[in-house]
Amino acid sequence: MSALLQVDKLAKRFGGIVATDDLVFEVAEGELHAIIGPNGAGKTTLIAQLSGQLPADSGSIRFAGADVTRLPAWRRSHLGLARSFQITSLFLDLTVLDNVALAVQAHAGHSFHFWRDARAEAGLRRNARAALDEVGLSNRADARASLLSHGEHRLLELAMALAGKPRLLLLDEPMAGLGPDESARMVEMLGRLKRRYTILLVEHDMEAVFALADRITVLVYGRVIASGAPDVIRADAQVREAYLGEDEHV
Amino acid sequence: MTLSIRNLATVALFAALLLLPLYVQATGDRFLLTLFTRIVILALAAVSLNLILGFGGMMSFGHAAYLGIGGYAVGMLAHEGIVSGLIQWPVALAASALFALVIGALSLRTRGVYFIMITLAFAQMAYYVIAGIARYGGDDGLTIYKRSQFGALNLSNKVVFYYVCLALLMATVYLVWRLVNSRFGMVIRGARSNETRMRAIGFPTYRYKLVCFVIAGTLGGLAGALLANHNEFISPATMYWTRSGDLIVMVVLGGMGSAAGPVFGAVALLVLEEVLSGITEYWQIILGPLLLLIVLFARGGIDGLLAAARWPQGKKAPA
Amino acid sequence: MTLFIEQCLNGLQFGLLLFLLAAGLTLVFGIMDLVNLAHGSLYMIGAYFAATFAAWTGSFVLGAILAFFATLLVGMAVEVIAMRRLYGRDHLDHVLGTFGLILFFDEAVRLIWGPDGMSLPLPSWLNTAATIAPGFSYSAYKLAIIAVTLAVAGGLYLLVMRTRIGMLIRAGASNREMVGALGVNIKLLYTLVFGLGAALAGLAGLMQAPILTVQIGMGENILILAFVITVIGGIGSIRGSFIAALFVGFVDTLGRSFFPDILRAVLSPAAAATLAPALSSMLIYLLMAIVLIVKPEGLFSAGGR
Repeated sequence: MSALLQVDKLAKRFGGIVATDDLVFEVAEGELHAIIGPNGAGKTTLIAQLSGQLPADSGSIRFAGADVTRLPAWRRSHLGLARSFQITSLFLDLTVLDNVALAVQAHAGHSFHFWRDARAEAGLRRNARAALDEVGLSNRADARASLLSHGEHRLLELAMALAGKPRLLLLDEPMAGLGPDESARMVEMLGRLKRRYTILLVEHDMEAVFALADRITVLVYGRVIASGAPDVIRADAQVREAYLGEDEHV
Repeated sequence: MTLSIRNLATVALFAALLLLPLYVQATGDRFLLTLFTRIVILALAAVSLNLILGFGGMMSFGHAAYLGIGGYAVGMLAHEGIVSGLIQWPVALAASALFALVIGALSLRTRGVYFIMITLAFAQMAYYVIAGIARYGGDDGLTIYKRSQFGALNLSNKVVFYYVCLALLMATVYLVWRLVNSRFGMVIRGARSNETRMRAIGFPTYRYKLVCFVIAGTLGGLAGALLANHNEFISPATMYWTRSGDLIVMVVLGGMGSAAGPVFGAVALLVLEEVLSGITEYWQIILGPLLLLIVLFARGGIDGLLAAARWPQGKKAPA
Repeated sequence: MTLFIEQCLNGLQFGLLLFLLAAGLTLVFGIMDLVNLAHGSLYMIGAYFAATFAAWTGSFVLGAILAFFATLLVGMAVEVIAMRRLYGRDHLDHVLGTFGLILFFDEAVRLIWGPDGMSLPLPSWLNTAATIAPGFSYSAYKLAIIAVTLAVAGGLYLLVMRTRIGMLIRAGASNREMVGALGVNIKLLYTLVFGLGAALAGLAGLMQAPILTVQIGMGENILILAFVITVIGGIGSIRGSFIAALFVGFVDTLGRSFFPDILRAVLSPAAAATLAPALSSMLIYLLMAIVLIVKPEGLFSAGGR
């Protein structure tokens, strides 16, 4: 399998703090690649640079063969890169369906249409409902997004990332703040998405990571300290010391 | 349209505005017609401002500049002997659009407080520039001896002019209503709600916001052309930055949640001014703190109150 | 040449005055995240207080000092009564609320002092020309303004950089909650900061009063320049305000003096006469536009605001 995403010597500093330290790694097409690491390892900063919210100081990012390092976030989205946010980032004053419909609309031609009611566009609504079906939120389609539970918010986050029919999903802690039942459902869903999308998954939930990942990369202080198959990572001494520790029995 | 209190109130308001000239005819209170013509024109400006302020979340503090630009387009052309409305009004619209394009292109690169200050500063710049042109009256302003000529349509007839303004107001409200529900409108509303997410899902928000800004400015210019005709006079004072504040007050007082909300605000504010100034010449001493209280306790404005209102039986009407 | 030097000094004096005004604005915004449109009203009140107290006491200096502290008190009162309810709210709320305060103050001043404005005459010892170089004299009062504002700027720098209160101010600018958690009386700090900003605005108002004007609405005019300075210098940065204020002071003063001449050299006399006033007033805004194109956050932005 070819590399869909290639990161080469990516670096980012905030004043004196090195958030990303000459990072090198790849994501192969079709795989579910997990990124783990202790807090402060720079995982969200990495995701932000990959999706384009944060410009890198140096290094390069190649997606589907194209150099996207200097491309703005919205252009990367059109190349097939989608992101979900660790801290829920939705359109809280719109309905659930409107939220996803916007994500669909972004990829359905331009939006300099000033007259026709967007909510009457069958194509947009149909694709939006499909994304909601995918994550199991169809029954909440007409609810205002602000009224959803936290678990439902995390599902909506995912639905919005899926709505643009991306090639690569950057998922930033989709299970953040979820209880055990909801986490289990999310793991099951990610399992279903696995072969159809290439996924880069940032997560703290170790059970989920080891259940889902084809490959795992471990990040500490913005640097890759280990990368490979789950069994290899599990056994790696450096990784155990830096992150998994004694209390995580995996 | 559903039978909510809010929709009913809106219909009632426009019905009242439509019937006003008949009432004036009956009572002979000509002043009321003059007052309400001014209210309708400023309501148009407020509705256009709401497009970027309420729906777009762009806090422009320079909207009064378009009243001035539109008005001076009419005034300057009239001064040079060009009195045809078919030339004056398109020029007013084009000049406003151009100004909005340039100012918007620069200002939309910033956000938050910077955006407020910059729109304010650029609008004030327009004020100083126009006040500096002696040929067109400078600080003293410019008298317009003839209203815009439209052939058979006689704008000098106060009733005809009132209905022209009202028709344009209603058309603008309808236009804004369609706009905010269109694809374009959804992008603008999404950008206001969460711009980072909009860009993440693939929208180049800047260009949409700029177009929105230009549309709003153009409509503001239309209001300016109407205002100049109404007063038969135009001066830089129309575009002084505190006038932009007046427009914002109308929008917030009326309610930013609907296309017609600002109309309520314009009516309420200007009627309130009339009533208060009848009581005391120091009425702004009351209006000032009143504004603060509205901000603190009734932020949704009149529209907000109407939307929250319920029919007496306690039955909740679908909004 | 002497005209040029004189205009440079005028520019310096104007710029320093603008700095006093802008410093208060940017301080309040940087610390309390509050957009205060009524800042110009405090400038106006300072001038009115000075004119009144000077008339009562018969002394310009005494009147000025009393006015300074009176404005400080008014500022603190405004903070306690109105401003503190606005903290943490949307900027639109600030804009509207403080706009309401402008209306209130303008009308209150009209009620108390009447619509005609006032004058603040200079004492004879200030109302002279001082010889600062052989053959070159300059208004003693304007020199005094330069001296006073530089002293205040220096004092402000010492306050913010070298005292404990200053440290709290700087800390509060980066992290409000943390400073509160440290047990510092945030409410009192905010009241003092707002009062300080008000006093600086009042000082600017009273100092320019003998030269320019004491009238209703004077604050609205100059507030725009304070905004332009804040945008150019970067919100929250006092250093940025200082440099931007000097810049604006020079560009505006020198521009208004010499730009018409430049125009006359390039255009026909009629065209130059028509365009000169308009274009001269545009200079500052062009400057702001250029800064915006190059660096949208301002030249010395304190943070990601």
